[in-house]
Amino acid sequence: MRKKPLNYVKLAFPSRSANESLARSAAAAFVSQLDPTLEELSDVRTAVSEAVTNAVVHAYPEKIGTVEMILRLFEGGVIEVVVRDKGCGIEDVPKALEPTYTTGGADRSGMGFTIMESFMGSLSVRSKPGKGTTVRMRKVINRVR
Amino acid sequence: MRIAFHTAGTSCEIALIGELDHHAAKAALSEIHARLDQTLPSSIALDMRQVTFMDSSGIALILALYKRARALDGELRLRSLSPPVKRLLTAAGMDKLLDLSA
Ligand SMILES: Nc1ncnc2c1ncn2[C@@H]1O[C@H](COP(=O)(O)OP(=O)(O)O)[C@@H](O)[C@H]1O
Ligand SMILES: [Mg+2]
Repeated sequence: MRKKPLNYVKLAFPSRSANESLARSAAAAFVSQLDPTLEELSDVRTAVSEAVTNAVVHAYPEKIGTVEMILRLFEGGVIEVVVRDKGCGIEDVPKALEPTYTTGGADRSGMGFTIMESFMGSLSVRSKPGKGTTVRMRKVINRVR
Repeated sequence: MRIAFHTAGTSCEIALIGELDHHAAKAALSEIHARLDQTLPSSIALDMRQVTFMDSSGIALILALYKRARALDGELRLRSLSPPVKRLLTAAGMDKLLDLSA
């Protein structure tokens, strides 16, 4: 059984690269209600940028599709970010999660998932070839400091 | 993203200004390659002081310039890394390739 979020925002936008910065700003604005440190804010921005960029670049390589981003706030300062696409999906998720693995050529570094995991603390990826990909990240903000 | 070039002899300093994400990186890299093709510097310095945001697309850009410099027996140096950029590069293991202390 999952707890109900205290607050949430759902966004849907076309997979255009100009929307990468919009997604970052929306996530930063949502997280700001927890009075995060600059470092926490920057971590969330970066992780969101990675997840949304993947949907733009990899999920819909030849067309514009819809990217969904859901931001949730749970008790205890837990922020959850879900980025979902209905694109091409990932054949081998464990392989895709490996550092430097990329199907994107020299334009990409293959470090996206590594950075999401290290900046958010928790990352899960569910994907079905031909159906799409859901990336879920969680981070605790506002630990006693 | 805006880019400012300063060439002196065989070295070129490139200042990146703005957000270095996937949206910006492709155009930025082709502008940089086009300029370096004209001046063919052996040493490249990337001034990151005015980079307001960077993700792994920026790492790919830095790697491309690193390879380009190395192919010509030159070197790439990074300058004025902000704390977030430094943390990103460290998380990606770039400290094994480049000096991140400047
Ligand atoms: N939303 C997605 N849809 C399809 N494939 C994806 C998606 N996200 C990631 N991938 C696959 O996982 C690989 C690794 O992703 P990542 O770690 O972000 O590195 P990069 O984006 O630099 O390739 C990608 O190259 C791609 O093959
Ligand atoms: Mg990526």
